[in-house]
Amino acid sequence: MQDKNIDRLIKPDYSQPVAGIDGDFWHLGPLKLRSRLLVGTSGFPNPLTMMEAFTASASQMVTVAIRRINLKDRSEESLLSMLSKAPVHILPNTAGCYTAKEAILVAELAREALETDFIKLEVIGDDETLLPDSEELLKAARELVSAGFIVMAYTNDDPIVCKKLASLGCAAVMPLASPIGSGMGLVNPYNLELIRDQISECSLVVDAGIGTASDAALAMELGYDGVLVNSAISGAKHPMKMAAAMRNAVLAGRFAFTAGRIPRRFYARASSPLEGRVGSVTQEN
Amino acid sequence: MHLTVNGTERQFKNETTVSDLLRSIQIDPASARGIAVALNDRIVRKADWESKVLSDGDRVEVVTAQQGG
Repeated sequence: MQDKNIDRLIKPDYSQPVAGIDGDFWHLGPLKLRSRLLVGTSGFPNPLTMMEAFTASASQMVTVAIRRINLKDRSEESLLSMLSKAPVHILPNTAGCYTAKEAILVAELAREALETDFIKLEVIGDDETLLPDSEELLKAARELVSAGFIVMAYTNDDPIVCKKLASLGCAAVMPLASPIGSGMGLVNPYNLELIRDQISECSLVVDAGIGTASDAALAMELGYDGVLVNSAISGAKHPMKMAAAMRNAVLAGRFAFTAGRIPRRFYARASSPLEGRVGSVTQEN
Repeated sequence: MHLTVNGTERQFKNETTVSDLLRSIQIDPASARGIAVALNDRIVRKADWESKVLSDGDRVEVVTAQQGG
Protein backbone atom coordinates (compact mmCIF):
# COMPACT_ATOMS: atom_id res chain seq x y z
CA MET A 1 0.00 0.00 0.00
CA GLN A 2 2.86 2.37 0.65
CA ASP A 3 4.67 1.68 -2.62
CA LYS A 4 5.85 4.94 -4.13
CA ASN A 5 5.08 3.51 -7.57
CA ILE A 6 1.40 4.01 -6.85
CA ASP A 7 1.94 7.68 -7.62
CA ARG A 8 2.95 6.69 -11.10
CA LEU A 9 -0.07 4.47 -11.37
CA ILE A 10 -2.45 7.24 -10.48
CA LYS A 11 -0.70 9.66 -12.84
CA PRO A 12 0.75 7.33 -15.48
CA ASP A 13 3.22 8.36 -18.12
CA TYR A 14 1.10 8.75 -21.24
CA SER A 15 4.14 8.99 -23.48
CA GLN A 16 4.98 5.28 -23.17
CA PRO A 17 4.86 3.61 -26.58
CA VAL A 18 2.07 1.14 -27.16
CA ALA A 19 1.03 -0.93 -30.13
CA GLY A 20 -1.53 0.71 -32.36
CA ILE A 21 -2.14 2.08 -35.80
CA ASP A 22 -0.20 5.32 -36.25
CA GLY A 23 -2.41 8.33 -35.76
CA ASP A 24 -5.49 6.27 -34.90
CA PHE A 25 -6.57 7.42 -31.47
CA TRP A 26 -9.82 7.22 -29.62
CA HIS A 27 -11.17 9.08 -26.64
CA LEU A 28 -12.42 8.08 -23.24
CA GLY A 29 -13.41 11.18 -21.35
CA PRO A 30 -10.23 13.27 -21.15
CA LEU A 31 -7.98 10.38 -22.26
CA LYS A 32 -6.64 9.92 -25.76
CA LEU A 33 -5.77 6.27 -26.21
CA ARG A 34 -3.96 4.30 -28.89
CA SER A 35 -4.77 0.82 -27.67
CA ARG A 36 -8.37 -0.21 -28.24
CA LEU A 37 -8.07 -3.24 -26.00
CA LEU A 38 -9.13 -2.93 -22.37
CA VAL A 39 -8.18 -5.80 -20.10
CA GLY A 40 -9.55 -7.11 -16.82
CA THR A 41 -7.33 -8.23 -13.94
CA SER A 42 -9.47 -11.10 -12.67
CA GLY A 43 -8.72 -14.81 -12.69
CA PHE A 44 -5.07 -14.99 -13.71
CA PRO A 45 -3.19 -18.03 -12.41
CA ASN A 46 -0.62 -15.78 -10.72
CA PRO A 47 0.49 -12.12 -10.64
CA LEU A 48 3.50 -12.67 -12.90
CA THR A 49 1.34 -14.18 -15.64
CA MET A 50 -1.08 -11.27 -15.29
CA MET A 51 1.68 -8.71 -15.74
CA GLU A 52 3.13 -10.60 -18.73
CA ALA A 53 -0.31 -10.70 -20.30
CA PHE A 54 -0.75 -6.95 -19.83
CA THR A 55 2.55 -6.31 -21.54
CA ALA A 56 1.59 -8.62 -24.42
CA SER A 57 -1.83 -6.96 -24.72
CA ALA A 58 -0.32 -3.45 -25.00
CA SER A 59 -3.51 -2.33 -23.28
CA GLN A 60 -3.52 1.14 -21.75
CA MET A 61 -6.41 0.53 -19.39
CA VAL A 62 -7.07 -2.31 -16.96
CA THR A 63 -10.06 -2.87 -14.73
CA VAL A 64 -10.06 -3.56 -11.01
CA ALA A 65 -12.78 -4.34 -8.48
CA ILE A 66 -13.28 -2.50 -5.19
CA ARG A 67 -13.33 -4.89 -2.26
CA ARG A 68 -12.83 -4.97 1.49
CA ILE A 69 -9.19 -5.14 2.53
CA ASN A 70 -8.10 -8.35 4.21
CA LEU A 71 -8.00 -7.56 7.94
CA LYS A 72 -6.15 -10.75 8.81
CA ASP A 73 -3.32 -10.74 6.31
CA ARG A 74 -1.80 -7.42 5.29
CA SER A 75 1.42 -8.91 3.92
CA GLU A 76 0.42 -9.55 0.30
CA GLU A 77 1.78 -7.19 -2.30
CA SER A 78 -1.15 -5.06 -3.30
CA LEU A 79 -2.63 -5.24 -6.78
CA LEU A 80 -2.10 -1.50 -7.11
CA SER A 81 1.60 -1.68 -6.43
CA MET A 82 1.88 -4.42 -9.07
CA LEU A 83 -0.13 -2.46 -11.62
CA SER A 84 1.93 0.63 -10.93
CA LYS A 85 4.78 -1.09 -12.77
CA ALA A 86 2.78 -1.11 -16.02
CA PRO A 87 1.94 1.94 -18.16
CA VAL A 88 -1.80 1.55 -17.69
CA HIS A 89 -4.74 3.59 -16.47
CA ILE A 90 -6.83 1.98 -13.78
CA LEU A 91 -10.54 1.56 -14.38
CA PRO A 92 -12.35 0.60 -11.16
CA ASN A 93 -15.62 -1.24 -11.55
CA THR A 94 -18.79 -1.64 -9.51
CA ALA A 95 -18.96 -5.40 -10.08
CA GLY A 96 -21.28 -7.23 -7.74
CA CYS A 97 -23.65 -4.31 -7.19
CA TYR A 98 -27.37 -5.00 -7.55
CA THR A 99 -28.77 -1.53 -6.97
CA ALA A 100 -27.98 2.00 -8.05
CA LYS A 101 -27.40 2.89 -4.40
CA GLU A 102 -24.72 0.21 -3.97
CA ALA A 103 -23.05 1.10 -7.26
CA ILE A 104 -22.91 4.80 -6.38
CA LEU A 105 -21.27 4.05 -3.01
CA VAL A 106 -18.70 1.76 -4.64
CA ALA A 107 -18.00 4.40 -7.32
CA GLU A 108 -17.42 6.99 -4.60
CA LEU A 109 -15.11 4.60 -2.71
CA ALA A 110 -13.22 3.93 -5.94
CA ARG A 111 -12.81 7.64 -6.61
CA GLU A 112 -11.51 8.20 -3.10
CA ALA A 113 -9.16 5.18 -3.11
CA LEU A 114 -7.77 5.49 -6.62
CA GLU A 115 -8.04 9.22 -7.23
CA THR A 116 -9.77 8.68 -10.55
CA ASP A 117 -13.11 9.86 -11.87
CA PHE A 118 -13.34 6.84 -14.16
CA ILE A 119 -15.85 4.18 -13.25
CA LYS A 120 -16.92 1.05 -15.08
CA LEU A 121 -20.52 0.97 -14.01
CA GLU A 122 -21.99 -2.50 -13.54
CA VAL A 123 -25.37 -3.02 -11.94
CA ILE A 124 -26.47 -6.60 -12.33
CA GLY A 125 -29.88 -8.19 -12.01
CA ASP A 126 -29.03 -11.69 -10.81
CA ASP A 127 -26.02 -13.83 -10.04
CA GLU A 128 -26.64 -16.56 -12.61
CA THR A 129 -26.70 -14.52 -15.81
CA LEU A 130 -24.92 -11.46 -14.37
CA LEU A 131 -27.01 -9.51 -16.88
CA PRO A 132 -27.39 -5.79 -16.21
CA ASP A 133 -30.48 -4.40 -14.50
CA SER A 134 -31.25 -1.58 -16.95
CA GLU A 135 -33.53 0.32 -14.59
CA GLU A 136 -30.94 0.53 -11.81
CA LEU A 137 -28.14 1.06 -14.33
CA LEU A 138 -29.80 4.13 -15.83
CA LYS A 139 -30.52 5.53 -12.37
CA ALA A 140 -26.90 5.06 -11.27
CA ALA A 141 -25.50 6.44 -14.54
CA ARG A 142 -27.59 9.60 -14.24
CA GLU A 143 -26.40 10.27 -10.68
CA LEU A 144 -22.76 9.43 -11.34
CA VAL A 145 -22.54 11.60 -14.46
CA SER A 146 -24.01 14.53 -12.54
CA ALA A 147 -21.51 13.89 -9.72
CA GLY A 148 -18.67 14.35 -12.23
CA PHE A 149 -17.73 10.72 -12.82
CA ILE A 150 -16.47 9.55 -16.21
CA VAL A 151 -18.94 6.73 -16.60
CA MET A 152 -18.33 3.68 -18.75
CA ALA A 153 -21.57 1.77 -18.59
CA TYR A 154 -21.73 -2.00 -18.98
CA THR A 155 -25.14 -2.65 -20.48
CA ASN A 156 -27.42 -5.08 -22.25
CA ASP A 157 -27.25 -4.96 -26.04
CA ASP A 158 -30.55 -3.09 -26.10
CA PRO A 159 -30.26 -0.17 -28.55
CA ILE A 160 -32.80 1.92 -26.64
CA VAL A 161 -31.04 1.54 -23.28
CA CYS A 162 -27.70 2.23 -24.98
CA LYS A 163 -29.07 5.42 -26.54
CA LYS A 164 -30.39 6.54 -23.15
CA LEU A 165 -26.98 5.92 -21.54
CA ALA A 166 -25.28 7.89 -24.30
CA SER A 167 -27.65 10.81 -23.96
CA LEU A 168 -27.15 10.84 -20.18
CA GLY A 169 -23.53 11.74 -20.85
CA CYS A 170 -21.68 8.45 -20.34
CA ALA A 171 -18.14 8.57 -21.72
CA ALA A 172 -18.55 5.05 -23.05
CA VAL A 173 -21.47 2.74 -23.57
CA MET A 174 -20.40 -0.89 -23.32
CA PRO A 175 -22.93 -3.42 -24.57
CA LEU A 176 -22.22 -7.08 -23.86
CA ALA A 177 -21.38 -9.56 -26.61
CA SER A 178 -22.79 -12.33 -24.39
CA PRO A 179 -22.90 -12.90 -20.61
CA ILE A 180 -19.79 -12.20 -18.51
CA GLY A 181 -17.31 -15.07 -18.59
CA SER A 182 -19.44 -17.14 -21.01
CA GLY A 183 -16.97 -16.90 -23.89
CA MET A 184 -19.87 -17.24 -26.31
CA GLY A 185 -18.73 -14.33 -28.45
CA LEU A 186 -21.13 -12.02 -30.27
CA VAL A 187 -24.52 -13.71 -29.94
CA ASN A 188 -26.43 -10.81 -31.48
CA PRO A 189 -24.20 -8.95 -33.93
CA TYR A 190 -27.30 -7.37 -35.45
CA ASN A 191 -28.08 -5.49 -32.23
CA LEU A 192 -24.45 -4.49 -31.81
CA GLU A 193 -24.41 -3.11 -35.35
CA LEU A 194 -27.65 -1.25 -34.75
CA ILE A 195 -26.21 0.29 -31.58
CA ARG A 196 -23.08 1.34 -33.47
CA ASP A 197 -25.19 2.84 -36.23
CA GLN A 198 -27.33 4.85 -33.84
CA ILE A 199 -24.77 6.19 -31.37
CA SER A 200 -22.10 8.67 -32.28
CA GLU A 201 -21.94 10.95 -29.24
CA CYS A 202 -19.72 8.69 -27.10
CA SER A 203 -17.29 5.82 -27.38
CA LEU A 204 -18.66 2.31 -27.80
CA VAL A 205 -16.91 -0.71 -26.34
CA VAL A 206 -17.95 -4.34 -26.56
CA ASP A 207 -17.68 -5.69 -23.04
CA ALA A 208 -18.17 -9.26 -21.80
CA GLY A 209 -18.55 -12.58 -23.55
CA ILE A 210 -15.51 -12.40 -25.84
CA GLY A 211 -14.17 -15.96 -26.12
CA THR A 212 -11.31 -15.77 -28.55
CA ALA A 213 -9.48 -13.45 -30.92
CA SER A 214 -11.98 -13.64 -33.79
CA ASP A 215 -14.74 -12.36 -31.47
CA ALA A 216 -12.67 -9.27 -30.70
CA ALA A 217 -11.91 -8.78 -34.40
CA LEU A 218 -15.59 -9.04 -35.28
CA ALA A 219 -16.54 -6.45 -32.67
CA MET A 220 -13.98 -4.07 -34.11
CA GLU A 221 -15.13 -4.79 -37.68
CA LEU A 222 -18.59 -3.61 -36.63
CA GLY A 223 -17.01 -0.24 -35.90
CA TYR A 224 -16.71 -0.42 -32.13
CA ASP A 225 -14.13 1.88 -30.60
CA GLY A 226 -12.75 -0.77 -28.30
CA VAL A 227 -13.13 -4.19 -26.74
CA LEU A 228 -12.90 -5.16 -23.07
CA VAL A 229 -11.60 -8.67 -22.41
CA ASN A 230 -10.91 -10.48 -19.18
CA SER A 231 -11.76 -14.20 -18.86
CA ALA A 232 -10.76 -15.04 -22.43
CA ILE A 233 -7.22 -13.93 -21.59
CA SER A 234 -6.89 -14.87 -17.93
CA GLY A 235 -8.55 -18.27 -18.40
CA ALA A 236 -6.65 -19.22 -21.57
CA LYS A 237 -4.11 -22.03 -21.30
CA HIS A 238 -1.48 -19.46 -22.17
CA PRO A 239 -2.73 -16.02 -21.09
CA MET A 240 0.22 -14.10 -22.53
CA LYS A 241 -0.26 -15.64 -25.98
CA MET A 242 -3.99 -14.96 -25.88
CA ALA A 243 -3.32 -11.37 -24.82
CA ALA A 244 -1.09 -10.96 -27.87
CA ALA A 245 -3.75 -12.63 -30.04
CA MET A 246 -6.36 -10.18 -28.73
CA ARG A 247 -4.08 -7.22 -29.38
CA ASN A 248 -3.58 -8.32 -32.97
CA ALA A 249 -7.25 -9.19 -33.46
CA VAL A 250 -8.31 -5.74 -32.26
CA LEU A 251 -5.81 -4.13 -34.61
CA ALA A 252 -6.89 -6.34 -37.52
CA GLY A 253 -10.57 -5.64 -36.86
CA ARG A 254 -9.96 -1.92 -36.59
CA PHE A 255 -7.89 -1.93 -39.77
CA ALA A 256 -10.60 -3.86 -41.61
CA PHE A 257 -13.30 -1.46 -40.40
CA THR A 258 -11.38 1.61 -41.51
CA ALA A 259 -10.53 -0.10 -44.82
CA GLY A 260 -14.24 -0.63 -45.53
CA ARG A 261 -15.42 -4.14 -46.28
CA ILE A 262 -17.08 -5.17 -49.53
CA PRO A 263 -20.86 -5.65 -49.44
CA ARG A 264 -22.23 -9.14 -48.96
CA ARG A 265 -23.76 -10.74 -52.10
CA PHE A 266 -26.10 -13.67 -52.34
CA TYR A 267 -24.41 -15.06 -55.48
CA ALA A 268 -20.81 -15.28 -56.55
CA ARG A 269 -19.09 -12.61 -58.55
CA ALA A 270 -16.01 -13.73 -60.45
CA SER A 271 -12.87 -11.88 -59.55
CA SER A 272 -11.05 -12.87 -62.77
CA PRO A 273 -12.21 -11.29 -66.03
CA LEU A 274 -14.84 -13.29 -67.93
CA GLU A 275 -13.61 -12.08 -71.31
CA GLY A 276 -10.83 -13.99 -73.08
CA ARG A 277 -11.37 -17.28 -71.33
CA VAL A 278 -9.65 -20.21 -72.98
CA GLY A 279 -12.15 -22.18 -75.06
CA SER A 280 -14.77 -19.46 -75.08
CA VAL A 281 -16.50 -18.76 -78.38
CA THR A 282 -16.10 -15.30 -79.83
CA GLN A 283 -18.08 -14.07 -82.79
CA GLU A 284 -16.33 -11.90 -85.34
CA ASN A 285 -18.34 -9.54 -87.51
CA MET B 1 -17.75 0.18 22.10
CA HIS B 2 -18.57 -2.18 19.25
CA LEU B 3 -17.82 -1.36 15.62
CA THR B 4 -18.46 -3.53 12.61
CA VAL B 5 -15.34 -3.37 10.45
CA ASN B 6 -15.64 -5.02 7.03
CA GLY B 7 -18.48 -7.15 8.33
CA THR B 8 -16.67 -8.28 11.50
CA GLU B 9 -17.66 -6.98 14.89
CA ARG B 10 -14.73 -5.63 16.91
CA GLN B 11 -14.27 -3.95 20.27
CA PHE B 12 -12.75 -0.46 20.38
CA LYS B 13 -12.26 2.10 23.10
CA ASN B 14 -14.47 5.17 23.12
CA GLU B 15 -13.41 8.20 21.08
CA THR B 16 -11.78 6.01 18.43
CA THR B 17 -11.21 7.96 15.23
CA VAL B 18 -11.06 6.57 11.71
CA SER B 19 -7.27 7.01 11.84
CA ASP B 20 -7.09 5.03 15.14
CA LEU B 21 -9.11 2.26 13.54
CA LEU B 22 -6.84 2.14 10.50
CA ARG B 23 -3.74 1.96 12.71
CA SER B 24 -5.34 -0.95 14.59
CA ILE B 25 -5.43 -2.89 11.32
CA GLN B 26 -1.81 -2.05 10.40
CA ILE B 27 -2.58 0.79 8.02
CA ASP B 28 -0.69 4.02 8.51
CA PRO B 29 -3.26 6.71 7.68
CA ALA B 30 -0.56 9.25 6.81
CA SER B 31 1.05 7.17 4.09
CA ALA B 32 -1.84 4.94 3.03
CA ARG B 33 -2.58 4.98 -0.68
CA GLY B 34 -5.26 3.18 -2.62
CA ILE B 35 -7.60 2.88 0.36
CA ALA B 36 -11.04 4.35 0.99
CA VAL B 37 -13.27 4.34 4.04
CA ALA B 38 -17.06 4.36 4.29
CA LEU B 39 -18.91 4.96 7.54
CA ASN B 40 -22.52 3.77 7.55
CA ASP B 41 -22.59 3.86 3.74
CA ARG B 42 -21.09 7.33 3.43
CA ILE B 43 -17.54 8.16 2.37
CA VAL B 44 -15.15 9.55 4.97
CA ARG B 45 -12.60 11.58 3.01
CA LYS B 46 -8.96 11.07 3.83
CA ALA B 47 -8.72 14.63 5.11
CA ASP B 48 -11.33 13.75 7.76
CA TRP B 49 -9.85 10.44 8.96
CA GLU B 50 -7.95 12.08 11.85
CA SER B 51 -10.93 14.04 13.17
CA LYS B 52 -13.83 11.68 12.52
CA VAL B 53 -14.82 10.06 15.84
CA LEU B 54 -16.71 6.78 15.59
CA SER B 55 -19.76 5.83 17.65
CA ASP B 56 -20.96 2.56 19.12
CA GLY B 57 -22.67 0.43 16.46
CA ASP B 58 -21.05 2.18 13.49
CA ARG B 59 -20.42 0.14 10.36
CA VAL B 60 -17.06 0.84 8.78
CA GLU B 61 -15.87 -0.42 5.42
CA VAL B 62 -12.19 -0.22 4.47
CA VAL B 63 -11.67 -1.03 0.81
CA THR B 64 -9.01 -1.18 -1.83
CA ALA B 65 -8.56 -2.36 -5.40
CA GLN B 66 -8.59 -6.08 -6.06
CA GLN B 67 -8.56 -8.21 -9.16
CA GLY B 68 -11.73 -7.81 -11.17
CA GLY B 69 -13.11 -7.42 -14.65
